[in-house]
Amino acid sequence: MDPRIELIGERLEKVENLIPVASGKGGVGKSLIASTTALITSERGHDVGLLDMDIHGPSAHVILGAKGLDFPEEEKGVLPPTVSGIKFMSTVYYSGDKPSPLRGEDISHAIREFLSITRWGSLDYLFVDMPPGVGNEVLDTIQLIRNPEFLLVTTPSKVALSTVKKLVRMLSELNISMRGVVENMKTESSPDIAGEVEEMGVPHLGEIRFDHDLEHAIGSPDEILRTKFAEDLKNIFLKENTLSL
Amino acid sequence: MHEWSLAEGVISTAISVARDNEADNIRSINIKIGELQQVEMDIFNLALEETAKGTMAEDSEMNISFDAAVLKCRSCGKEWDFEKSKQDLSEDEKESIHFLPDFAHTYIRCPDCKSPDFRILKGRGVWIDSVELESR
Repeated sequence: MDPRIELIGERLEKVENLIPVASGKGGVGKSLIASTTALITSERGHDVGLLDMDIHGPSAHVILGAKGLDFPEEEKGVLPPTVSGIKFMSTVYYSGDKPSPLRGEDISHAIREFLSITRWGSLDYLFVDMPPGVGNEVLDTIQLIRNPEFLLVTTPSKVALSTVKKLVRMLSELNISMRGVVENMKTESSPDIAGEVEEMGVPHLGEIRFDHDLEHAIGSPDEILRTKFAEDLKNIFLKENTLSL
Repeated sequence: MHEWSLAEGVISTAISVARDNEADNIRSINIKIGELQQVEMDIFNLALEETAKGTMAEDSEMNISFDAAVLKCRSCGKEWDFEKSKQDLSEDEKESIHFLPDFAHTYIRCPDCKSPDFRILKGRGVWIDSVELESR
């Protein structure tokens, strides 16, 4: 018997809303949306956590401009350090800037270990920045975490949309809740994909305009919150009442 | 200490097994400790004792066995003991592997071909082999 499984449920029992932010493929802005959504909800006074579940390519620490990255404090487990008002946990505390070439079974073990040692305490929201696709991290999240409610990210591109459709299909088959799909990097010439998303039986929550200035804001949470990207994201959540802002 | 987390997991799991089987007491818990996790046994034993207090595991016998870690390279097939790699690790690297044993792949390389692509054949982490229950 794996003693970590029982512990994971206990570690997350005081988390009101657990929202994995996922996509079918990489490069659609998932980590930026997960990190910025965490910043927006925290700014509104909620207790928020952000878990970077991307073992191979953690990036949320770069987006948040997290400094130091020393081992988190230990207290009968590990306490997530606070970064810009958010309880932030990432494997980067343990791997630094070195690559972590883990295969499938090793990833599952690492996720179990990671979820069982982290003591989140009481949170209104825990956002989980997932790696792209339907691999170990997504399957383990579904298996190990009670009642996750996925927030999906796509771009208007046919390529991104085709992969998010596969993700929606899999989550639907497994009866996993989905809060909806956010369409990122919208330009004036982008096709209208809202209808296609709704046909999948998932709400199309809204669009985020392609923001040329966003790259310059990365690493500075205050600047990120002032971007058009963050403004659009906030408007989506206010309009759709997807999150209690 | 991470040992407290591990102990908490062991006791919670044993109690859960006892409840599922409608047992009144836990006679013994048989635990395997993988070397890769580098558990401090004094702290782990204390944590087990303290965590079990006031639960149906309070008087349980804790049988702990040690499982040496063995690694096998996927590239060249070399098999070696973790002990051999351990001497080359810094304290921080050992600490990282203590928290996340699978991050051995971040810091350990095959002694022969230097590949990070290896299997952990045994001795990964903490495992409950069995729980012996009692009913009145």
